[in-house]
Amino acid sequence: MDGMQGTSILSWMAWTAPTALFFIFIACCLVAMTVWEILVPGGDPRHGILGLDTTRGDRLFISLLGSAFICLAYLAAFGSNLWPAVAICVLYAIAVFRWV
Amino acid sequence: MKKTFDNKAWFLVLPVFLMVLFNSLIPLMTVVNYSVQETFGNNEFFWSGTRWFEQVLHDRQFHESLMRQIIFTGLVLLIQIPLGLAIALCMPRKGPWVSVCLVLIALPLLVPWNVVGSMWNIMALPDIGLLGKAINGLGISFNYTRQPLAAWFTVVLMDVWHWTSLVVLLCYAGLVSIPDAYYQAAQVDGASRWSVFRYIQLPKLKHVLTIAILLRFMDSFMIYTEVIVLTGGGPGSTTKFLSIDLVQKALGGFDLGPAAAFSIVYFLIILFLSWLFYTLMMRGEAK
Repeated sequence: MDGMQGTSILSWMAWTAPTALFFIFIACCLVAMTVWEILVPGGDPRHGILGLDTTRGDRLFISLLGSAFICLAYLAAFGSNLWPAVAICVLYAIAVFRWV
Repeated sequence: MKKTFDNKAWFLVLPVFLMVLFNSLIPLMTVVNYSVQETFGNNEFFWSGTRWFEQVLHDRQFHESLMRQIIFTGLVLLIQIPLGLAIALCMPRKGPWVSVCLVLIALPLLVPWNVVGSMWNIMALPDIGLLGKAINGLGISFNYTRQPLAAWFTVVLMDVWHWTSLVVLLCYAGLVSIPDAYYQAAQVDGASRWSVFRYIQLPKLKHVLTIAILLRFMDSFMIYTEVIVLTGGGPGSTTKFLSIDLVQKALGGFDLGPAAAFSIVYFLIILFLSWLFYTLMMRGEAK
């Protein structure tokens, strides 16, 4: 990361590979959702098990926000090895997209 | 007639996207980057992983600030929303007094935040302030610089004075937009004043109240200037809310990493609670 920080015009933003990957993942999610919506339009909001009417975009938002809290809760309870938390987040996101 | 779609219209919102990019997304990305690194200045950063997040999540001071913040925001919402609605209901809808009332109600919103803090700082002083002297004159011991309860009372009163006007103006705008036909129908049916409020005004104000609650929630959850000028977070730490704690970490201690992690947790809490408020209040709207 030294070269990245020292020479890049974005050095003041203090980029690191993991944070760059994180934002690339978020951007990919948004692009994938857009492509999905163009290819297979999602239609009206759906009434899920939480009693909420959600579109695909809402479900992505609930998945990402919930995942952030899952990671924070896991971090507070079990420490910095977050891979199990990531697995829980993936299962949570699948459940949200399937049932919420 | 065939409906046409012209996606070129998206270019019209491009300036807004660019503005959001520069004033929100880029700073947010930078904060995320800082939150996983350590810096000692000179634009040099060292990877620290999730250490700052763990530190923040186990920080007793953070838990206490968060609890104070939740209590403060809850109190403020419980007072300002019903009070603002009640004042809006009492205001005249027609005639020369409308402008007078609107101007008087809007005045507190025009006062800069630090001036609001200074005004209440002086007004609540126990020896020379109008409020402090009056309360002490009633035989109640009141000194907001020493008593936590007095400090909380002053801070909440100040916020109610400053921001109830916003709720009043929003509710008033919602009330005047209700067509007369609804009131005429209620009059024909012989509806009571309470029934008119419960079944006509309150449902029609739903969206306006949602906006009012969201704005007041987000703003009161991020309160800084008024409190720092009025009490400085004291006495002790009894009015030290999240933003004060954050600024002390970031600027006082120059702990950019922990402060960035703190900011992200703070942001996520606001985002979650705003989403929750909005979802609960708009529930069933699609039907």
